[in-house]
Amino acid sequence: MSVEAKVKQIIIEQLGVSEEEVKNEASFVEDLGADSLDLTELIMAMEEEFGVEIDDDDAQKILKVQDAYDYIAKQQ
Amino acid sequence: MLLEGKRALILGVANNKSIAYGIAKEFKEQGAQLAFNFLGDALKKRVEPICEELEGDFIFQCDVSSDEEIAAAAKLVEEKWGGVDIIVHSIGFADRKDLQGRFIETSRDGFKLAMDISAYSLTAVCGAFEHLLTDNASVITLSYYGAEKVITNYNVMGVAKAALEASVRYLAVDLGEKNVRINAISAGPIKTLAASGISGFRKILNYIEENAPQQRNVTTQDVGRSALYLASDLSSGVTGEVLHVDCGYHVVGIGVK
Repeated sequence: MSVEAKVKQIIIEQLGVSEEEVKNEASFVEDLGADSLDLTELIMAMEEEFGVEIDDDDAQKILKVQDAYDYIAKQQ
Repeated sequence: MLLEGKRALILGVANNKSIAYGIAKEFKEQGAQLAFNFLGDALKKRVEPICEELEGDFIFQCDVSSDEEIAAAAKLVEEKWGGVDIIVHSIGFADRKDLQGRFIETSRDGFKLAMDISAYSLTAVCGAFEHLLTDNASVITLSYYGAEKVITNYNVMGVAKAALEASVRYLAVDLGEKNVRINAISAGPIKTLAASGISGFRKILNYIEENAPQQRNVTTQDVGRSALYLASDLSSGVTGEVLHVDCGYHVVGIGVK
């Protein structure tokens, strides 16, 4: 599974959204209905899956689906 | 089963990574009846599926910074159950800005907030539920080593946990009159939703892995099993205690690798 596909899967599971909704330009809060706890859980799930630590400053910049793809790709 | 017929009130589940979840799961497997609190809609939607999974009896709103909400919770529990055999208090909060940098910069409001929710709430809950606690009931709260020694970035929470552990000792005397026990578990660091507020948490986990006698971090299941001991009649003569469930980290002074 590609990194993108894995991240997408995590987003689908954590936010309880459908695959079609997880568009690259979708905003977690505005389009996917995430609250602050959802965002924290999403970050934690990505940290666990990819064995990275995403610090607070970086986490606050992950606002859209594409941001998550880019961040994880950069860490790999 | 160790907790057959016992009614356990679980305060402080956020999701299935929560320490309180690990405890509730062990309790369920040993036959306990469960009820859970939540705080607001964001947590309600998380606690609901957990209550369902663990076949809990009911969930209820309870903000432990409000005496009214604690009193309402006690009333509800009295109506539903008539009494309580176990209370698990797994609640703490501090402002994120007080969990990094220098402790000396903690504001008065930040200090009050951490103390109110992380320490005083135990006393408030015990007071409000005292008349519902049955003979040989057990109260368990969750602490951390930061109460005893300085942990980088833990700051005001360390001070609040120290107050919490001292509260356990004083409450042990008051509750002991009715043969109710109260103990704290000082759990090793676990990556929970709450821990995400602490800067550099991953570094702490790595450090423990290298330096704890058992050379690993604890899991919520480890904590749940020890909670089982404290909740059950296996610990019938134990109260006012702080039990370290931390893979032995608290015994290490200098361990040069």
